Amino acid sequence: MKWETVIGIETHAQLSTRSKIFSGASTAFGAPPNTQACGVDVALPGVLPVLNRGAVERAIRFGLAVGAQVNRRSIFARKNYFYPDLPKGYQISQYEMPIVTGGTIAIEVNGSGKTVRLTRAHLEEDAGKSLHEDFHGASGIDLNRAGTPLLEIVSEPDMRSAQEAVAYARALHALVRWIEICDGNMQEGSFRCDANVSIRPQGSDQLGTRCEIKNLNSFRFLERAIEYEVRRQTRIVEEGGRIVQETRLYDPDRDETRSLRTKEDAHDYRYFPDPDLLPLEVSEQWLAEVEAALPELPAAKRARFVTGYGLTAYDAALLTAGREVADYFEGAVAGADAKTAKQCANWITGALNARLNEENRDIAQSRITSAQLRRLVDRIVDGTLSGKLAKDVFDAMWAGEGDASAIIEKRGLKQISDSGALEAVVEQVIAANPQQVADYRGGKEKAFNSLVGQVMKATRGKANPQQVNEILKRRLAS
Amino acid sequence: MRDHTIAGLSRELAARRISSVEAAQHFLRRIKALNDRYRCFITVDEAKTLAQAQAADRRLASGRGGPLTGIPIAQKDIFCAQGWLTTCGSKMLANFVSPYDAHVVERLNAAGAVNIGKTNMDEFAMGSSNETSHFGPVRNPWRVERVPGGSSGGSAAAVAARLAPGAIGTDTGGSIRQPAALSGISGLKPTYGVVSRYGMIAFASSLDQAGPMARSAEDLALMLNVMAGHDPRDSTSLERAPENYTRDLDRPLSRLRVGLPREFFAAGVAPDVAAAVDAAVNELRRLGCEPVELTLPNMGLSVPVYYVLAPAEASSNLARFDGVRYGYRAPDYADLEDMYKKTRAQGFGEEVKRRILIGTYVLSHGYYDAYYLRAQKVRRLIARDFEAAFRKCDVIVGPTSPTTAFRLGERAADPVQMYLSDIYTIAVNLAGLPGLSIPCGFDGDGLPIGLQIIGNYFSEARMLNVAHQYQVATDWHERVPPGIDA
Repeated sequence: MKWETVIGIETHAQLSTRSKIFSGASTAFGAPPNTQACGVDVALPGVLPVLNRGAVERAIRFGLAVGAQVNRRSIFARKNYFYPDLPKGYQISQYEMPIVTGGTIAIEVNGSGKTVRLTRAHLEEDAGKSLHEDFHGASGIDLNRAGTPLLEIVSEPDMRSAQEAVAYARALHALVRWIEICDGNMQEGSFRCDANVSIRPQGSDQLGTRCEIKNLNSFRFLERAIEYEVRRQTRIVEEGGRIVQETRLYDPDRDETRSLRTKEDAHDYRYFPDPDLLPLEVSEQWLAEVEAALPELPAAKRARFVTGYGLTAYDAALLTAGREVADYFEGAVAGADAKTAKQCANWITGALNARLNEENRDIAQSRITSAQLRRLVDRIVDGTLSGKLAKDVFDAMWAGEGDASAIIEKRGLKQISDSGALEAVVEQVIAANPQQVADYRGGKEKAFNSLVGQVMKATRGKANPQQVNEILKRRLAS
Repeated sequence: MRDHTIAGLSRELAARRISSVEAAQHFLRRIKALNDRYRCFITVDEAKTLAQAQAADRRLASGRGGPLTGIPIAQKDIFCAQGWLTTCGSKMLANFVSPYDAHVVERLNAAGAVNIGKTNMDEFAMGSSNETSHFGPVRNPWRVERVPGGSSGGSAAAVAARLAPGAIGTDTGGSIRQPAALSGISGLKPTYGVVSRYGMIAFASSLDQAGPMARSAEDLALMLNVMAGHDPRDSTSLERAPENYTRDLDRPLSRLRVGLPREFFAAGVAPDVAAAVDAAVNELRRLGCEPVELTLPNMGLSVPVYYVLAPAEASSNLARFDGVRYGYRAPDYADLEDMYKKTRAQGFGEEVKRRILIGTYVLSHGYYDAYYLRAQKVRRLIARDFEAAFRKCDVIVGPTSPTTAFRLGERAADPVQMYLSDIYTIAVNLAGLPGLSIPCGFDGDGLPIGLQIIGNYFSEARMLNVAHQYQVATDWHERVPPGIDA
């Protein structure tokens, strides 16, 4: 039998507020344990939560960016369970009435597009961390992370392969960074995905029993974990077994998933509305303000790059993979025509990208500014610099030797487009290479390229190649 | 000194006829001599108290004092006070020294009030007799074999026994008004949201409200002036312009419509209580009030509704007492789960555990709709009854408690009987309304009887006006319990 994979993804995106969702303590990563936990985070007797508007604003931004319904009224609830890293004995989350309902994320796999529907996105607080190393016979608790604002984004089970799941996670990751609600740092746990995976006979419209896979802190692990899980479930079903609904942990070292807990030991969380917090009301005015401040979204920008600058869909996609690269491109092409824009796009996706990768830099830390890149491209387009030498100038710019024009000047790389000067050089080359001239005239086309090469060599690459071709052809024809 | 009200003591302090240190020493001496008898205080710290009194004297000397500057005020041990043991009447917090001040404590400190000590209370404010305290029951100063009421029993008894001229308490289902009634003092629960809950150890967050306890309505007004006010650290604290709660004290009561709900005067009220309340209504009529008969049809559901909602919130609020970060931890345990179980089994008393179990049950999967949601709906019906009532009257009066102070141990084995002693106070919390209790007579055994005055939202000044005018016309509030001197 053929099996179809069904995947839904729950993502916890840490919102980029400076302080926690219900307290004034800092959310900065990496501080010594328990130095960023105030009375509210430690859950001293008598303390109360106060909602951080910045976290709400970010959730609204997300809702608007995915075309979802931003609910004018949502409710914070308490999710009750005991664990040492959960100081209050409950997590404040949104349950029955989340702030965001619906929305979609567009993905592309192997050149074909697809829309993944979102179920909801809700605000909640993170728990602290239990530290099991370094404590002999005991566990340590670090509450720095307790109360960090999270947006939990839940997708519908719309993905049908590990590749689609990864495409979704990447698109979501790019979006939350794009709208600047989350730094997307997966190593620090700022963007965490859990995958709900099930299989069903091809053609069925019933959902199979699902397993939730946790601990997927990279796109690669997400892909491999799903692939493993699909193999595991397929084997069980084909051997006549039944899938048990459970939570499984991915072990990247062994590339397998392991059962963490089954549905039978699931908690009864006893959700109820948190009486310490009023219902969250989002006014029309607040919504309008957030909408007005929302940056142009990747899809809109992509379309504009294609229609406005004549870029290919592929280039436009590369240049809208992130806010920074798009900003860089737009900085470079300000007021440019299509030819210049196309060249800028090529430089950014080609040479610049290669250099950034080599040095593991973000484009925001590029050694060549967008304005500098534009001046380089301008020199190429206006014929001052030949395409061949442009790479050398680019490298010199990267090395910090200054602007394109200065480098061209200093190194004498100005393209020779003076036909009088070129005629003389061509004359010399023809005179010095009678054999090649004879070969060409005898019908050997290759000999022509050799002659061009000789001219370029004589001008140290500065000759305008188009002109060299013309002159040489004319001379050889006479 | 002993019988000064806050207003009286304030005049003496302002005129520098006595000093704050003298006042503090006087009450500290009385506490030392009498606390073994009444057990009103869990913690007394002379050095801290006298330091505050000295600071108050300096402030008074420089002419920057306010009405509460230098006044000793007892604090229910539910309020976090920096550097003070803050136990909430529980073994669970018997070792907990608060690192911060509650909003109310901050405000009292800023006004120059002097913390005379932390008062005994029912454990986590769960009780109506003060018998659930880990630190032993408080005795009623009128008759030591009687309970003072609860849960703010230590505060009520301290004021009644003249161990402090005023105290702060909290009221979730009657915990200020019922002990005020049973101990013969005045106590006010403000509108929900008027006083910040920040730093007040939560029992049932949607019902808890702090308020003043003293010997006169005027004193309650002076205290509320300091206690009330917006606090951004409590999201349920209301943003309102500051009020002067003394402003209406002297207003005549002519044509004031006094609502008399049929349900408050039905069977179940002890005859002496009913007679005293009737007499009080007559007194109000004599002062110009116009009685209005009315009904609160859903009142009878308030006790069952309360005993679903309050335990539900409590079961979650008390989850933080887990032995991990502070407070009591069981000495021997096998693993994490065993630590939780033993810590909570040993650290909480029986009544607290009963309510945690009830609350956990009503929030459980499959029971939530039938209990919690249903109770929330009835809660709205109860609030609507009051809305309708306040279209016909300005204040509602009735008994605070169906009986006078009962004997220690009398109801300890029967939780339902105990819960019924709050039958007239609970509906007020469910609706979020303000309510106060003032003395209005004595029963045949010489035990005090309380008159409850319930107002519409934010009508504290008007309610205090009614209470003050009644106290100008009567002297029940000036009676002194027999034998309160060592």
